[in-house]
Amino acid sequence: MNWLKLQRRRERVDVSDMKKFLIPLALFLGLVAFLAVGLKRDPREIPSPLINKPAPAFSLPTLEGGEPFSPQSLQGKVWMLNVWATWCVACREEHPVLVAFARQNAVPIVGLSYKEIQPQDEANGKLAPEAKLQMARDRSKVWLARHGNPYALSVMDLDGRVGIDYGVYGVPETYVIDRQGVIRYKRVGVVTPALLSEKILPLIRELERS
Amino acid sequence: MSSHLRRVSLGLLGLVLLAHIGLVPAREAALRAEDPVVEARLVAIADELRCLVCQNESLASSHAELAEDLRREVRGLIREGKSDAEVKRFLVDRYGDFVLYRPEVKPLTWALWFGPFALLVLALVVLGRYLRQRRTQVPRVTTLSEADRARAEQLLKD
Repeated sequence: MNWLKLQRRRERVDVSDMKKFLIPLALFLGLVAFLAVGLKRDPREIPSPLINKPAPAFSLPTLEGGEPFSPQSLQGKVWMLNVWATWCVACREEHPVLVAFARQNAVPIVGLSYKEIQPQDEANGKLAPEAKLQMARDRSKVWLARHGNPYALSVMDLDGRVGIDYGVYGVPETYVIDRQGVIRYKRVGVVTPALLSEKILPLIRELERS
Repeated sequence: MSSHLRRVSLGLLGLVLLAHIGLVPAREAALRAEDPVVEARLVAIADELRCLVCQNESLASSHAELAEDLRREVRGLIREGKSDAEVKRFLVDRYGDFVLYRPEVKPLTWALWFGPFALLVLALVVLGRYLRQRRTQVPRVTTLSEADRARAEQLLKD
């Protein structure tokens, strides 16, 4: 009888031992899950504070020449702003996707040529602003002729000031702007066909309905 | 003789004072000569801001082109007479809280600021409970009744 008691006590001890074992295990698994999610996340993807804020106003010369462009002229339309440059390697990867998308005529895509003239272009001395603009236009036109032009028009942000207002920190970047001129979506990095069909296009449709 | 000395010392004092008066505007002029001051404030502000291109570098130390552009903007804002808080707001409005190495204390960042302390308190509570529990348990485990001892001895003999 005494022996039976002892046995029972040992069982109770075993159960509490198991619990002692399970709590750290659960904590550990929680930590693993936490870190696994953290590992999968792209540190470059920073939530933009500009979402649901009015698109910053600007007035910039266009690639095509003529009147400067300002986003206000697209008020009442849903449109896309795509930040690009000929020196941007990832843009070359993205470009065919944009060209194909532009053929669907879903929305006008405005290109923002971001800091086309890089410091190394001015290694032999500073260029005058007009010379800089000319050089940037020439180079961009050649590039677009070779790779296709998905843009309704492109604006030239030579000093990157407009880029700063839009929180640009890595080219390419893409924005979707609604009829009221509010930024609804921002993508840092390459736009993929999947992203277009699953996220951007449905959003555009929704914005056009409202 | 002593009056002469006094006059000399007064003269010296006057000279020293004059030198100081002469010095003060000089120092102010140096301060007003914008760049060092602007630069010092720029460094102080930019040290607390993250460069978005090389995310583990501060805006003050980064050589990334964007960092250079942003320093140029910050310099401009300082010259316009903006306060440190206004300069930081300018960047947060464009790039988000992520640019701040020391995020603001607000409901969204409470877990970040107070989480570690909450965890510490929780750990202390758990530790306290565990210790109290052990103190009450330990003597019960060590007491062996006379019958148990006899049984154990019997088992050992077998």
